[in-house]
Amino acid sequence: MAVSASTVASTRSAVEAALTGGRRDVKGIVFAMLLVLCMLASLLMLTVLLWDVVAQALPVFQKRSTGFLTNELASSPDKAGVSQGIWGSLVIAAFVVVLAFPVGIAAGVYLEEYATPSRLTRFIQLNIRNLAGVPSVVYGILGLVVFVKGFDGVTGGRSVISAGVTLAILVLPIIIITTAESVRAVPSGLREAGYGVGATRWEATRDHVLPYAAPGILTGTMLAVARALGEAAPLLLIGAITGRLATASDQGLLDQLRGKFTAMPVVIYGWANEVNRPGKKTGLTFEQLNSAAIVVLLGLVLVLNIAAIVLRNRFERKRQS
Amino acid sequence: MRTDGATQRLMFAAALTSVVISALIVFTLFREAWTFVSGLLDTVGLGALIDGGAAPGWYPRNDRFDIITIVAGTLIVSVISVAVAAPLGLGAAIFLSEYASPRLRRWVKPVLEVLAGIPSVVFGFFALRVLGPDLIKPLFGTATNTNLLVTGVAIGILVTPLMASISEDSLRAVPLSLREASTGLGARRSTTVVKVVLPAAVSGIVAALIISVSRAIGETMVAALASGRLGQSPRTFNPTEPGLTMTAAMAQLAQGSDQVVGSGLAFQSLFFVGAVLFLMTLGLNMLAARVVRRLRNQY
Amino acid sequence: MTDDNVFTTRELEVYYGAFRAVREVNLDIRRGEITAFIGPSGCGKSTVLRCFNRMNDLIPGAKVGGKVEYHGIDLYDEQVNAVEVRRRIGMVFQKANPFPKSIYDNVAYGPRLAGVKKRDELDQVVESALRGAALWDDVKDRLKESGLGLSGGQQQRLCIARATAVEPEVLLMDEPCSALDPIATARIEDLMQEMKDRYTIIIVTHNMQQAARVSDRTAFFSTEVNPESDRRTGVLVEYDLTKKMFSNPGDERTEAYVTGRFG
Repeated sequence: MAVSASTVASTRSAVEAALTGGRRDVKGIVFAMLLVLCMLASLLMLTVLLWDVVAQALPVFQKRSTGFLTNELASSPDKAGVSQGIWGSLVIAAFVVVLAFPVGIAAGVYLEEYATPSRLTRFIQLNIRNLAGVPSVVYGILGLVVFVKGFDGVTGGRSVISAGVTLAILVLPIIIITTAESVRAVPSGLREAGYGVGATRWEATRDHVLPYAAPGILTGTMLAVARALGEAAPLLLIGAITGRLATASDQGLLDQLRGKFTAMPVVIYGWANEVNRPGKKTGLTFEQLNSAAIVVLLGLVLVLNIAAIVLRNRFERKRQS
Repeated sequence: MRTDGATQRLMFAAALTSVVISALIVFTLFREAWTFVSGLLDTVGLGALIDGGAAPGWYPRNDRFDIITIVAGTLIVSVISVAVAAPLGLGAAIFLSEYASPRLRRWVKPVLEVLAGIPSVVFGFFALRVLGPDLIKPLFGTATNTNLLVTGVAIGILVTPLMASISEDSLRAVPLSLREASTGLGARRSTTVVKVVLPAAVSGIVAALIISVSRAIGETMVAALASGRLGQSPRTFNPTEPGLTMTAAMAQLAQGSDQVVGSGLAFQSLFFVGAVLFLMTLGLNMLAARVVRRLRNQY
Repeated sequence: MTDDNVFTTRELEVYYGAFRAVREVNLDIRRGEITAFIGPSGCGKSTVLRCFNRMNDLIPGAKVGGKVEYHGIDLYDEQVNAVEVRRRIGMVFQKANPFPKSIYDNVAYGPRLAGVKKRDELDQVVESALRGAALWDDVKDRLKESGLGLSGGQQQRLCIARATAVEPEVLLMDEPCSALDPIATARIEDLMQEMKDRYTIIIVTHNMQQAARVSDRTAFFSTEVNPESDRRTGVLVEYDLTKKMFSNPGDERTEAYVTGRFG
C-alpha cells in the first residue's frame, strides 16, 4: 500500500524496501505469453496451409512444367492443365477493370466531394455499406437471374460475360469505399488552393485532389481485382464448368466470350472433387495438380495484395515525413 | 459560366448504381423466393419447411425442404468458427496493439492483411485434404473426413485475420492518454489492457465479432467442399457428423447442371434459401453498425 | 537539510533515440513545497517531469542518463519496480483524461489496484479524495454517472482526485490548467495551496504568473541550439526561490524571460 505523506517513513531503507520489493508479475507474464501464442497460432496456421500447398505443387511443375499452364482441362492428371481457367480469370479481371473502376471511382469521388449531407446521400452510403457485406453467393444469384437468364441474348447465358459483369458488381462497393477513404484523406488545403485560382469543383478535383488520392485509389482497385480473382461461389451459380470444357479453337472472340467458360477458382473446386488416382504417365494425382493450380491462383492474388499494401504503406510513409 | 453540371450528374448516376444494385438484389431474391413459397403452398404445404413434408431432411429433389436442417448446419458451423477465430483473432490483436514494438507491428499487420486475401476455395481444399483426415479425424475420432466440425474450424481459420484486423483497429483507436493515466496510477500493462483499454474498445470488438459471424455464415466454398453435404435428419446438431449449411445447399442446387434450369420446386428453393441468408447477414451487418454507434464512448 | 529533499537529480539527461532532448539537470525538490518548472515550449520541462515517475519508460526509444534519486534511491536502478514508483508519485496530465467509466470507478481505480476491495473502505477513500479535490459537493449525488459528463475543470479535478486517492507522497502536474478557462484555473490553484501540506507538488506551467502565484521554488528551463544539427536541447538555466526568480534573478536569460522580453 502506498505510503501516506502525512506519516512519511521516508528513511532511505524504508523507501528502498518498498520500491524494490514488488513480486514478479506472474499473471502479467502469463497473459503476455498467451497473447503471443494467439498471434503465432494465427500466423502459423495460414503459413502451414501455404507451405503444404507449395510442397504438393512442386512435383507438378517439375514433371510437367509449362504443359500444366497451357493444357486444357482433361480427365487424366497427365494431361489436364489450367489454361482455360487462366483465360477465364483474366477476362473476368478485365471486366472488373473496365466496368467497376470508372463507376466505383466516380461514385466514391461524388460521395466525398460533391454530395451534400442529405437523406439521399445517407441512404446511398447505407446501401454501399450493406452491399459490401452481402455474401458472394447472393451476388451469384443476382448474376444468374439477371444476366444468365434475363439478358441471355446479350450475354450468351452462362458465359464469362455474365461472370465478368456479376463480379464487377460484387467488387463495386469495395472500390467506392476505398476511393471515398482516399479522397477523404486529402488535406483540405489542397482543395482550397485549387479553388483559390478559380477552378471549378471538377477541375480542382481532377488536378489536385485525385492525384493526391491516386495511390490510395490504386490500392483499393488492386485489392478489388484480387478479390474478384478469388471468388468461386458466384461463378458456380452462374454456371461455370467444373468438369471437362471443350473449346472449339476456331471460335471467334465474341463467341468465346458468350460460350461456356471456367475460371481458376472453379477449376480448383472441380479438381478438389476428383478421384485421386495417379496418372499413368507422370504418377501425379489431381490433388497435386490442384495444389499447383492453387499456386497459380495465389500467385496472382497474393502478388496483387502485396503490391497494393506495399504501395499504400510507402505512400503513407511519404505523406507523414 | 463554367460549371460542373454534366460531370456532376454523371458521378451522381454512378453513386446511384449502388441503390439500383440493392434494389435488384432484393427484387430478384424475393420475387423468386415468393415463387418457391407459393409453389410450396400449392403442393406440399408450408409446413414442409419445418418438418420436411414426407420425411424430414433437406433433399430438395425429393421435395423435402426441411430448412431447419440447413439453418442448423449454418449455425453450428458459425459457432465453431467463432470459437476458433475470436480468441485467436482478439489475442493477436491485443498483442499487436499493446505489446508489439512498432517495428514488429509494421511487419506483422500487412502479413495479416495479405493472408486475409487468400481465396476461400483454397481453404476448402485444405480442409478437405488435410484438416479433415489429418487433424480433426484423429483428434476427435469422427467417422468421416468431412463434417461440420472441419468446416467450422476451416472457416474459423479463414476469418481469424478479419477478426484480428478489425479488433486491432478498435484497440488502436483508444487514446494513448487513457493508457497513460492508468500507468501513472501504478497499473501494470496487463491491468491497463484488461481494465482500461479493452472496456474502452468493447464496441469495436463486438462489432468485429458480429462481422466475423456474418462472414462465416455467408461462406460457401469451404462448406461446399468440406461439410459432407448430407442433408440428413434427424437434426442431431452433432458437428462431428456430415451436414449441410445454407450456402452449401445453394451450391449443391446450382450444381445440378442442366437439370437445374427451372425444373420445379427444387431449383426455386435456391432463391428461398438465398433470401433467408441475405436477411440473416443483412441483419447482422446492420446490428454491427448500430453497436458501434450506440456503445461508442466519446473519449 | 538533505532529509527534506524528496528528489535529487544529478546530471539528468534524456535522449530520444540519438537526439539529446535535455541535458545535465541538477535539482533538489524539497518536501512540502510547490516547485514550478517554467520556460518556453520545447525546452524539456515535461520531459524532466516525467523522469520523476518513470513515465518516459512508455516512450519507445527514450533513454534516461544520470541519476534521479527519490529519498536517496536511484529511481532508474535495475532493482526498482516502476509500478511501485508510480504508486508513490502520482501524475496529473495536461488534458484531463478521465476513464470512460463512472466518477466513482475513476477515483476507485487506483485504490482497487492497491488491493482495497471492501465497499465501505472504497466509499470512504473515494469520498475523501473527492473532497480533497473540492469536487465532492458537485458530484456526490451522481457518482454513478460517467466521468466524461463533467465540465473541463471538473474533469481535471476528477483526475486530481483519482491521483490522490492512492495517497501518493508526490504529485506531478503537467500543465494541468492549460486547457481550462481562468475560473477553473483559479479553483485548481486554490486547490494546490490546500494540498500543499499533504503532498509535495511539482508543476510544469507555461504561464509565468501562475508560477509566481502558486510556487515556493521555480526552475527556469530554456533551449540551446546545437549549431551542427540545428536541433534544440533543453537546459536548466536557474533554480531558486520563486520570490527571487521573479524579482532579482541571477541569470540574464531568466530575467529576459520573466520580464517578457522573450518566450
